[in-house]
Amino acid sequence: MKIQKIIASALTVAAIGVTSITANAADTIKIGEINHYKRMAAFAGPYKNGIELALGQINDAGGVLGKPLEFIYRDDQGKPGEAIKIAGELMTRDNTVMLTGTILSHVGLAISSYAAEKKYLYLASEPLADSLVWAKGNDYTFRLRASTYMQAAMLAEEAAKTDAKTYATIAPNYAYGKDAVAAFKDALLKLKPEVTFVTEQWPALFKIDAGAEAQAIERAKPDAIYNVTFGGDLAKFVREGTTRGLFDGRNVYGLLTGEPEYLEPLKDEAPEGWIVTGYPWYDLTDKSNKEFVDAYQAEFNEGPKIGSLVGYMTAQSIAAALEKAGSTDTDALVAAFKGLAVDTPVGQIMFREQDHQSTMGAFVGKTALKDGAGVMVDWVYKDGADYLPSDEEVMKLRPASQ
Amino acid sequence: MGLFVAQLLTGLANAATLFLVASGLSLIFGVTRIVNFAHGSFYMLGAFIGYSLMQVLPGMFGFWVSVLLAGLAVGVIGVIVEILVLRPVYKAPELFQLVATFGVILVIQDLALLTWGADDVLGPRAPGLKGIVRVLGEPVPKYDLALIAITPFILFGLWYLIAKTRLGILVRAATQDREMVGALGVNQAWLFTGVFFLGATLAGLGGAIQLPKGGADLLMDFNILAAIFVVVVIGGMGSLPGAYVAAALISILNVFGVTYLPQSTLVLMFVVMAVVLMIKPYGLFGREEVAGEHGQVGEPERPIKPAGIAVRLLVAFGIFLLALLPWFGSDFAQVLTADVIIFCLFAASLHFILGLGGLVSFGHAAFFGGGAYVAALLVSYLQTPMEVAFLLAPIGAGFAAFIIGWLCMRLTGVYFAMLTLAFAQLIWSLVYQWGEFTGGDDGLVDIWPAAWLNGTTPYYYFTLFFGIGGILILRHVAHSPFGYALRASRDSARQAEATGINTKRIQWAAFTFAGALAGLSGALFVFSKGSVFPTELEIGRSFDALIVIFLGGVKTLSGAVVGGASLEYAKDFLTRFEYWRLTLGLIIIFVVIVAPEGISGTMRKMAERVGIIRGREGDS
Repeated sequence: MKIQKIIASALTVAAIGVTSITANAADTIKIGEINHYKRMAAFAGPYKNGIELALGQINDAGGVLGKPLEFIYRDDQGKPGEAIKIAGELMTRDNTVMLTGTILSHVGLAISSYAAEKKYLYLASEPLADSLVWAKGNDYTFRLRASTYMQAAMLAEEAAKTDAKTYATIAPNYAYGKDAVAAFKDALLKLKPEVTFVTEQWPALFKIDAGAEAQAIERAKPDAIYNVTFGGDLAKFVREGTTRGLFDGRNVYGLLTGEPEYLEPLKDEAPEGWIVTGYPWYDLTDKSNKEFVDAYQAEFNEGPKIGSLVGYMTAQSIAAALEKAGSTDTDALVAAFKGLAVDTPVGQIMFREQDHQSTMGAFVGKTALKDGAGVMVDWVYKDGADYLPSDEEVMKLRPASQ
Repeated sequence: MGLFVAQLLTGLANAATLFLVASGLSLIFGVTRIVNFAHGSFYMLGAFIGYSLMQVLPGMFGFWVSVLLAGLAVGVIGVIVEILVLRPVYKAPELFQLVATFGVILVIQDLALLTWGADDVLGPRAPGLKGIVRVLGEPVPKYDLALIAITPFILFGLWYLIAKTRLGILVRAATQDREMVGALGVNQAWLFTGVFFLGATLAGLGGAIQLPKGGADLLMDFNILAAIFVVVVIGGMGSLPGAYVAAALISILNVFGVTYLPQSTLVLMFVVMAVVLMIKPYGLFGREEVAGEHGQVGEPERPIKPAGIAVRLLVAFGIFLLALLPWFGSDFAQVLTADVIIFCLFAASLHFILGLGGLVSFGHAAFFGGGAYVAALLVSYLQTPMEVAFLLAPIGAGFAAFIIGWLCMRLTGVYFAMLTLAFAQLIWSLVYQWGEFTGGDDGLVDIWPAAWLNGTTPYYYFTLFFGIGGILILRHVAHSPFGYALRASRDSARQAEATGINTKRIQWAAFTFAGALAGLSGALFVFSKGSVFPTELEIGRSFDALIVIFLGGVKTLSGAVVGGASLEYAKDFLTRFEYWRLTLGLIIIFVVIVAPEGISGTMRKMAERVGIIRGREGDS
């Protein structure tokens, strides 16, 4: 242990908050937060802000279990192997009580598998992959954000209300895109079996050839388009599609398109009349939502992103679980997370016992232009609990719970 | 018909940016022989600078002036990079400069983040060219037509510059034989600087001119890198018309691929490159590389010899210390060291073909990830016991290397490197696309070692045994007759053939052997992490290994291990800081400049200078 201590003290410059194992009576409760802070800086930054805001409020109110709550942030370079190495370090050397974080689904899946193997608790905050709680779900992993399936089902419900019969889909060519298309198809065909999908476009992630994609979709002459592209791909797709009149007279459904992360960069070229999931923070008036938005704006001088909300709710959920468990013991925390109810800006959410998915929902609305910026109008908040498969289906989807 | 024409036009418009950026890369490579990884960064800077200028300069005039100024500004940045970073290392071994350009990438990434922030920016539309024109009834954006019209002028201008001016004559002469140009009294340094300026300017122009079709973001540097290398190789290194034809070919094929085979987007250009290279080994318009260009820069390599008693003792002591680690180190120290050993074995296996064989592979990750996937697939689908899967992984990877080696062996130099890259990308996209079987980018999870190994310390010893064992085997083989034959094939293929060595077969065997050992490291990796994802097959993974070899010293046997260990430990430490990429980039550039023979080579020199016979090799 001695040498370890010497190494540790040498590394304190690195601000990693090392404490020796003997100093178990640490004066803070530490949470290991792993994210792609550099690789996806635009998303991880607001997320971290959200956590910091919640931590400030929690600790001002006396912390949890009588101690301040602290997050240790580590950058995994977007690599699953690195993330696992860091997870091990956080849990064994930094004495964090649990792990959280990641945006990219594959990194989330890697940590989830590692957590189950090592019996560490992992709260997957942002990764969307359905398999995280279903096909590859395990006892030690919980997920906060509304999954791909849930958000796609919300859009499918809207789509089913229209007369559109033929659909085109466009999604980045990787697992999230494929899941999102499959979920939308599944949900829409259940509601409206006569619908046909006339073309499926799969641009490479962040390498879209938007002109060609727009032409290919136009060629299929669909009644409606379902879009899963985001970020730079979305911007290019919107610009080429608008220029070429692709969206004229068509219903367009955009998964995540309404999230400020993606809508804001489009400025006055944001598409109008798309049905999207997103986060209309500028429009929220109810008490809990408004309080969060105001506090966030006061602290950071900018509007919150969806990542900020997720970060805030992550810290809230962890604090609530710690209070419920009454200890920092992993098994107690796992038990506490099952069925845990948390009061959040979007209302009360619950971490379901059957699949460890939270019931956090999403805002669904229509895009519009207001003062030269894209916004969501006519939106409603849809509770995630209503868009999850039945318990029997979940049982089938989730081998771990059988 | 209308759609067909419209698609052709879309393809040609897309080709404009690709051509501009790729022609810059081609020029730089043709004259300076530098594989400029930072070219994507120049492209990104062009986009960001162009965007900033367009915010200040209004109107149509402002737009085009911004594009030009952005190009020139990036040209100046290119000159700064050339003078500060590359000029000191021109005398270093071939391809060494790519390490320096890798450092530049890291520095530029963080500086761009600091300057322009993390958010994507949407490029402004070109004033006056916002609408569409109907061509045979199909809508075609005006800006697309402008791009199609501009590109031939740029091509012609460049062609005129190269073919008709004195500067161009010098550039062409330097492309053919730069030593002779130097001997004739041309100031090579300024010629190189000039070419770098031109190349960087073209990249910057490419970045700025694509703004109305997209925007600027912090991932665009890496995103365009593979595409421009493909274009340069298909067109033929150093050929401008080739770059144009290849850019048009790739872009147009891509447009039709999107329409008729939407799943093809990941892999199409690599298939095209592989096909072109197998039919025309030097690209469409390229010439055979001039013999004698390679392996002669810098001081000649000294013959290797088995380690002396002192070094052996030192290595034995190092291994002994590693074996004791579980007694004095934490769990994490073991995990970290195991990671480093795995990476060092991977790098050492590449070093074996690169250093000893002179075969530069840009696709070595195919065998690392390949081995990992072989093991993971066996465990996932056949419930193969871990021990068996572990042993089958290197065999599977070796088999892949056997096939790919056979396909690539007829090429040499950079073309060989690019063909290995193409095949690695094919494997990557196969794994990525075939989600039902490989899990796609959600990977394969829950691949844990057998119960008797399932703990940090047992697995650490397991890694130590196979990792260090693999490295020692590589070292041993280097001193075997096979290793000598391999070096003979590298240094003088003709003389080696004359002595009865079948050089191609020797190199093929070495490629297979290195692939198998990369597969071994991949197997160690997958069971230590419990999961595998296509990231382990990516270009970036191959380049990681490439970079540490040069960082450690390509001309020393221990280079890969020293470089790998140094970089991995440095990364582990530095990623705790906010601007770790900037710091790491600067450190890499610093090391490159003060130690142009790599860490290991320079330490050996210093050790010799002060009287110790050898440096502390193998101390990892």
